[in-house]
Amino acid sequence: MPPVSRGFRGRRQSADTASRLPPGQYETRDFPVLSAGPTPRTSLTTWDFALRGANGQTARWTWDEFTALPRQTTTKDIHCVTKWSKFDTVWEGISVDTLLSEAAAKGVVPSPFVLATCDGGYTTNVPLADVTGGKAWVAFMYNGAPLPAEHGGPARLLVPHLYFWKSAKWVRELRLMESDAPGFWESLGYHNYGDPWREQRYSGDE
Amino acid sequence: MSPDGTASRIAWRLATVIDVVLETPRTRTLVLDVPGWPGHRAGQHVDVRLTADDGYQAERSYSIASPPEDTRLSLTVEQLKDGEVSPYLSEALHAGDTLELRGPIGGYFVWDIPTGGPLLLVGGGSGIVPLMAMLRHRDAALASAGAGAREKLPVRLLYSSRRWDEVIYRDELTSLAEKDLTLQVTHTLTREQPEGWAGFRRRIDRAMLEQVAWPASEQPRVFICGPTPLVESVASTLVELGHQPALVKTERFGPTGGAV
Repeated sequence: MPPVSRGFRGRRQSADTASRLPPGQYETRDFPVLSAGPTPRTSLTTWDFALRGANGQTARWTWDEFTALPRQTTTKDIHCVTKWSKFDTVWEGISVDTLLSEAAAKGVVPSPFVLATCDGGYTTNVPLADVTGGKAWVAFMYNGAPLPAEHGGPARLLVPHLYFWKSAKWVRELRLMESDAPGFWESLGYHNYGDPWREQRYSGDE
Repeated sequence: MSPDGTASRIAWRLATVIDVVLETPRTRTLVLDVPGWPGHRAGQHVDVRLTADDGYQAERSYSIASPPEDTRLSLTVEQLKDGEVSPYLSEALHAGDTLELRGPIGGYFVWDIPTGGPLLLVGGGSGIVPLMAMLRHRDAALASAGAGAREKLPVRLLYSSRRWDEVIYRDELTSLAEKDLTLQVTHTLTREQPEGWAGFRRRIDRAMLEQVAWPASEQPRVFICGPTPLVESVASTLVELGHQPALVKTERFGPTGGAV
């Protein structure tokens, strides 16, 4: 056991809360904002979303086309690498499964890795297996209202089972790739995969 | 990263508190001896882990206040109302106590001499901490260089605090600016001002940035740290004023409603 911090008692959570908190996390009722730079503002008239295959084939949707795809609502706990977790967040968006099946008609075929690219230049990488099978969405509504820009609106990737930096704000493209390539934080000392339950915060964490 | 390209784990280290410095009524600096500390860049942070006697643990992140040149590692901690960890760090810890930490962490919100200038630092409340590490690094690294080296890296700091006795590092900022004509420190006090205060007395806004910040044409490296509303507003305003988003780096903390 690590050395005891003399006199530290801490704030104990209920058993229910504790069981939902990955190691090193604490619950917040707020919704903190973390971004590396200014919040980009993209007009919905010029916004589009692309799903690009490794073969170069691309499916593309305008805002109206995108939001007309079959929507899903999902309620998830989210976990930020800066230690806060927030329970029961409610999102509405398009499942990545839906995007892949729509894109298949345009000749986009699956590849094992995905790089999300965003307005403002942010990128993040995830294995395809972590954004398929009902595990990820491109979300544009939060708590029943349009997603605010500082939280990633018009639309952000939502991959709630990984640390929240993987849920890229202001996402505009998912690029399917044959080999893995680190994104923004993954190139700056953060873990390549980022499983909160294994506390994979930083490069080198097992 | 090690030479073969595999990253080694950032290890937990046991630091010893050497000194506790009272900065403001709610803020203290922990001066730490950290055996094996690998060094850091100005702007990086550490994770701190506390362990209760029954094994319960709490982790938080804190910005490093000391420059890479210091042999000791300093963390400046503001005591948050209802905080779980900050009251312990800022009140219970004394010289001789130990503390687990690991780092350095974060490779983006960093500045060092080769990054160049001019430098525009905008801070709110305890958001000054990583910016102070940058100022201290610049001062230490250029201590033996001629005045020309400072002129190539001029700095403007705009620092928002609620009141004069909550200005962290107040005396050090004053003395740094007095001895260095290439460092301009501007305070704004948003809640309460001392008698005869001639400075700004409002939250940072567009007019203040137009008056104090480098113009966009100078292409300053911009670092903004503070509560989310301040960071959001300052970053957006600077982009409106023509600054390139890629040169504007932000670090945010606290709840969405926080205000300085």
